[in-house]
Parts: sequence; structure tokens; C-alpha cells
Amino acid sequence: MRKYIIRRVLYAIPTLLGISVIVFAISRLAPGDPVRLYTFGATNITEEDIAALRHFYGLDQPLPIQYVTWLMNMLRGDFGKSLQYNQPAFALLMERLPATLQLAVLALVLQVGIGVPLGVIAALNRGGWVDNAVRFFGVVGHAIPQFWIGLLLIVLFAVNLHWLPSQGLLTIGKDVWDIPDRLKHILLPAFVLALAGVANYSRYLRTETLDVIAQDYVRTARAKGLRERTVVYVHALRNALIPVVTALGGILAALVSGALIVEQVFTWPGVGQLTYAAVRGKDYPLIMAGVMFASTMLVISYLLRDLAYARVDPRIKV
Amino acid sequence: MATVARADVVPATVASRRASAGLWTNAWYSLRRDRLTMGAAALLLLLAASAIAAPLFAQYVFHTSFEEQDLLHIYAKPTFDPPAYMLGADEIGRSQVVRLLYGGQVSLFIGFVAALMNLTLGVGLGLLAGYMRGAVDDLITWFITTLNSIPIIFLLLLITSLFQPGALTLTLIIGVLFWTGVTNFVRGQTFALREREFITAARTIGAATPRILMRHILPNVLPLIFVLAAIDIGSIILAESALSYLGLGVLPPTPSWGNMLSNAQSYATRAPWLVVAPGAMIFLTVLCLYLIGDGLRDALDPRLKAS
Repeated sequence: MRKYIIRRVLYAIPTLLGISVIVFAISRLAPGDPVRLYTFGATNITEEDIAALRHFYGLDQPLPIQYVTWLMNMLRGDFGKSLQYNQPAFALLMERLPATLQLAVLALVLQVGIGVPLGVIAALNRGGWVDNAVRFFGVVGHAIPQFWIGLLLIVLFAVNLHWLPSQGLLTIGKDVWDIPDRLKHILLPAFVLALAGVANYSRYLRTETLDVIAQDYVRTARAKGLRERTVVYVHALRNALIPVVTALGGILAALVSGALIVEQVFTWPGVGQLTYAAVRGKDYPLIMAGVMFASTMLVISYLLRDLAYARVDPRIKV
Repeated sequence: MATVARADVVPATVASRRASAGLWTNAWYSLRRDRLTMGAAALLLLLAASAIAAPLFAQYVFHTSFEEQDLLHIYAKPTFDPPAYMLGADEIGRSQVVRLLYGGQVSLFIGFVAALMNLTLGVGLGLLAGYMRGAVDDLITWFITTLNSIPIIFLLLLITSLFQPGALTLTLIIGVLFWTGVTNFVRGQTFALREREFITAARTIGAATPRILMRHILPNVLPLIFVLAAIDIGSIILAESALSYLGLGVLPPTPSWGNMLSNAQSYATRAPWLVVAPGAMIFLTVLCLYLIGDGLRDALDPRLKAS
């Protein structure tokens, strides 16, 4: 097991290096001189000032050197300085991380908590109306644009019914630990973020459960005279659950991407919203840091997924 | 194939049809009975046709253009008098129905063209990785892992922040980014196929690698590529609309379903119909594509048919 963990961690290194090359290359491919952009609007700037600035930011050096410097700085936790805030980008991102994590974790819990039972129930009622409804939802949940359903829910629950707030982490002026207030705020964004994953899990679990209950060992369990409930929940479901961990890959990627859109719709102060604001403000160091940060979060979650998979499925060679 | 297709006219049992008819004949036979998929295909065709005919509708039915403003009728409620306001007017009095039709052109164009690029890239790289294996495969797999580890919206944000986006740029960007799923699928299929006897046989009689790939492996992979294509176009339309909503995709004044929702939050109370309609168009289009993808898979997958 330890060997497997070490090998898996080592595999993450070329991935992270590849990501950094892609991010760096794209940001340097941009047409236009970054210094001109940073000093946009300054009219009394001379050519010497620009040369000095280029030197200050290391832009007069060859690209490979610039890349290595940037990479080394990141390894030391220095992701560059935001132009808008004039603060270290890493600190800004870390400040926003808890909000994004709350949202993503709650969404993940909702996905598993709703999607898994839906899939199992559908499989056990194969061909019935419940099954058809779940299967249809499995497609619908994917096809709904997140930002649109978010807007509709805001119109319905916040604007018309006044049941739930439409934006932010908590009501301004309330205590940070006012849990009911925070729950009210997180409910809509977490639900919207969870939707596609619920659809995904219900589809997955339906197929898997159908596969598993056709297996010989399930027939054996029935033949032994076990109660149907024991057969399903003890013998079949445990094996049907293994792919839940596999499915996490795509679901986690969708969560990180989806979080950005949901945060934007619900004005949720997370990593995605910060990165989006940086894009709008042409704050390149912060954009690069945000993309690297989000990618690293994803790589770490993939790593955790693989480790969980090795634990759940003993057939994995460790 | 032509003689086989004639079998449709002759009453035959399903079993004998299966023994004689080709894959496509069989698939079409079961597709025709799949009312959900056929309905979705019909609706998609209708949407596409009306989007293509948008200029005709605008000129002869609604007598307005997608950019004609009418400040006397801002936020006009949906009404059939005049028909241009059948879905209401936006914040500067433009006809929403006309803008939706033109928006459909943009979304469908980006979806189809970018998907074509994805599929070409994806199938090519997948065949290469699966057949060559070794270093080529390692390199392509590593690149896929890397690309899949950057959350796609973040990557798109980074790129669109640097280049002035527009419908064409966006098509190119999405076209060269969304191929990893197709590659993974084709790679896996090729991996399994190259070990089969008919490939060994082809190699024994001296067929060159390109010929084996194009004539023997590709036709076996192709049917399910159509399934992936339908789903791919749907995902592209979703991504494009999200980017346009964020103001980083198709930019006004060109209408797209996504950018029509950009300011929706500010007028949601005043004109909820402006929020409902564009999103419903995205939802319906993507839903149709996903349903077609599912239906095609059921019709084409011999494994499912056996059960």
C-alpha cells in the first residue's frame, strides 16, 4: 500500500509540470507587451521607465529562464503579486478557499446522498415509472445550464417567495457562527452545483446495480434464503458502490469548474469568483495563480480518489 | 448494403433480420421504434432549421432585425401584437424571438464546427495511441491527464482573457481543447481491436499500418463515434453558453443564448421572460442532443441489444 501511495504521488509531478507549462505558455502567447498593459493609462511614462519595469519583472530574460523562475517561486509558495490588490496572490486565494470548499463539499454530499439512492431504487424497479423518471432525470440533470437554473431559482425563491437569500455567505451584520443563516445562504448554490452530479450518480448506480444483481453470488445469496433486503443492501450494493469512487474523477472536475459559475451567479466569495474578477480586471498574475491553484486542487482530489479506490477495491494491485 | 435494405419490405422475424442485415440497417430499425429519440431528433432539426432561416423569419414574419432597438417598448411583455414581441422585448426594446433565432445560429455553429474539430483530433490521436502503444501512447496519455487536470472553465477563462473572443475564436479554442474524451474512448477500442484475429490477418497479408487503421479499425470504432458526437456537441453548447454568460464568449451585439442572460440578474424581477426563454433554448437543444446520443447508443451497442 505504501509503495502504491508513493508511486501515485510521484505520478502527480509530471502532470503538475505539464499544467504549469501550459499555463505559462498560454499567458506568454498573449499578444501585446505585459508592461504596456500594467501601465495602461499612464501618459508620462518614458521608454527608460518601461525598460526598467521590464527588467524589474524579469521580462527582459529569455522565456525558459522566466518559466523556471516562475516555477521556483511557486514551489516556495510565491504565486506572484496581484496587480489589483497589490497583495500576494496565494494569500488572496487561500482567503477564498474555505468558501469554495464549503460549497464543493456540501454539493458532493448532496450528489452522493441523493444520486446513489435514486440509482438503486431505479434499478430495483426496472422498467417501472420510477425507473423511467430517474433515467429521464439522469439526462435532464446534465442538460440544464447551471447558471440558468441558478437564475431561475433566485427568481423563484429569493425574489418572488422571499424564502431564501440570493447571494453571499451570510447576512451582513450576523455572527459568523450563525449556522442557520449560513445554511440558508448555501442551500441554493450547493443544490445547483450538485445537480449534474446527482444525475451522473443516479445513472451510474442504476447500471451498476443492474449488473451486480445479475451476478451469480447474488443468486446464491437469494438461494440461501436470505431476505431480499439483506441481499440488496449487504451483498449487491457494496459491490455496486465501487464505481462510485471511479465516477468521482469526472465529478470532481465538474465540481471545480461548476463552482466558478455558481459562485458567479450567487455572488459567492470563493476561488472561482476571485479568478473571474481577475480576468475582468486583466490581473494576469492573479489569473495564472488562480488557474494553477484550481488545477492543483483537482490533482490533489484525483490523488485522494485513487487512494480511496485502492482501499475500497482489494483487486487493485498495490 | 442495398440488397439488405430491401429486406425491410419483406416481412421477416427480428432474428432473421439480425442475421442478414447490416449494423446500420438494424440500428435504424430499432431507432425508428424509439419514439423519445425520434422526437428529440425532430425537435433538434426544427430548432436548427428555424435558426438557419432566422433572416427570413426576421424579415418576413417579424419585420425587424436582431439589433433594431425600440426605446418606446423596452421590457415589452410577450404579446402577439406585433408578432415580433411574441416572447417580449429586452432592455432596449429588441425583439427577443428574433434574437433567440440568431442566437441559435451562433450556438449551433460553434457546437457543430468545434465538435468536428474535436472528433478529427480525438479519433486521430486515439487511433495512434491505441495502435502504436509504447512511447507515443505514453506521451498522448500524459497530455490527456494534464489537460484533464486543469478545470476546463478555468482554462477557458485564461485563454479568453488573453485573446479577444468572438464566435470564430471560441470555436477554435473549444475545438482544440475538448478532444480528450473522444481520444480516451477510441484509444481503448483500438487497444482491444488490434489484438483481434482479423487485424493479425490483415497484417499477415502485408497491409500497411495506415490501411489497417483506416480500413479495418476505424469502421469498427465509427458507429459509437456518432454517440460521442451528439454528446460532445451538447457539452460544447453548454460550455459556450456559460462563457458567453460570463461575458467572455460571444460578445454583444451578436446575440447568443448565453450572452442574452448576461444581464438577466438585473432585470429578473421586471422581465422574467427574458430569463426563461434563452436558457430554455439551451436546455432544449442540449437535452435533444443528449437524448439522441443515448438513443443511438442503445441502437448501436450490440451488447445491449443481446440482452
